[in-house]
Amino acid sequence: MPCKRCKSNPVIQLPNSNIKLCKSCFIKYFERKVLNTIRKYNLINHKENIISALSGGKDSLSLLYLLNKIASKKLDFKLSALLVDEGIKGYRDKTIKTAREFCEKNNIKLHITSYSEVTGKTLDKIKKQFPDTIACSMCGVLRRYLLNKKSRELKANKLATGHNLDDEAQSIMMNQFRHNIALSARLGPITGVKRDKRFVPRIKPFYFLTEKEVATYAFINGLMDEFNECTYCTESNRFVVRDMLNSLEQKYPGTKHSIVASFLEVLPLLKEKYKNQKINSCKICSEPASSEVCNACNLLQRIRQ
Amino acid sequence: MPAVYLEREDKMIKVNELNVKDILKKLNINPTTVIIARNNELITEDAVLSENDKIKILPVISGG
Ligand code: SF4
Ligand SMILES: [Zn+2]
Ligand SMILES: [Zn+2]
Repeated sequence: MPCKRCKSNPVIQLPNSNIKLCKSCFIKYFERKVLNTIRKYNLINHKENIISALSGGKDSLSLLYLLNKIASKKLDFKLSALLVDEGIKGYRDKTIKTAREFCEKNNIKLHITSYSEVTGKTLDKIKKQFPDTIACSMCGVLRRYLLNKKSRELKANKLATGHNLDDEAQSIMMNQFRHNIALSARLGPITGVKRDKRFVPRIKPFYFLTEKEVATYAFINGLMDEFNECTYCTESNRFVVRDMLNSLEQKYPGTKHSIVASFLEVLPLLKEKYKNQKINSCKICSEPASSEVCNACNLLQRIRQ
Repeated sequence: MPAVYLEREDKMIKVNELNVKDILKKLNINPTTVIIARNNELITEDAVLSENDKIKILPVISGG
């Protein structure tokens, strides 16, 4: 069956629907959906300084590619990329090369920071030091800390990430399973329970697109990286939740969209509930913290011991 | 017999099926987790292959 719109060969059947689209109709569909998300949730405003988090994987490359395309044409904003090198041998070193080449070719300024820069150690070394701690939980704390700190230092108005609908559905479910609803209040297409100068708001332009749609967009635009998995990824229960949601999606198409849509209905109530929660400044680094010392400084102290 | 390259396992196999949907079912692959390319062009799950086709199954998940 040809593309529903123009009768060419289809490249994808849209999730949860019978519609099939060809290459050029899909690109239009995809980019329109991103622009609609940006407008509807006010993700990017005129003349803002937008920093796009870049790992070199297909999601972040596709995001940077698309933002670069619209930065000069449809919307008028300043764009650069920020890469955090965790120090994972055989994984991040490969994607960093891709990221560098992409930025050079497209004339995009690339800022690089690393775990070694702040901790003196790569994630590989940190993991050896704490073999019983899940790598992803340490990695997540450090990455969040560095992305926020660096993008604030670079005076970014927003930090854009390649998170897609699958990622969001996983985060929502993980917070449910662990009874971490306060964390869910920080999800959504634009993060932050309320405005706080210490936090650079994070925006997710791919919020309503599935992982498969992003991969399709990446492939068509030559941005699909070789399959490459982080050494530690099997340690994270995110991947268990991902597989569970994908099996549910196969049996009951539309599951992931429904999870996210239901969540967006209650999100305003969650934000209301948590808006008065006080956020301290870490007494060591003055970054935002939920207790006296922030999670990152806590971890840093343990790493340096 | 169509040839199928599985990127995740980095291996090539031969299959009897001509319908992409049947191939995925046989290999126990959830269609929401992959994209499929033939001659470097994407095809959908309801595509029907010819005997000499080579396809690639690429995982859409990103680890990390
Ligand atoms: S899979 Fe875990 S350890 Fe690897 S980069 Fe992602 S968060 Fe870090
Ligand atoms: Zn078309
Ligand atoms: Zn701190």
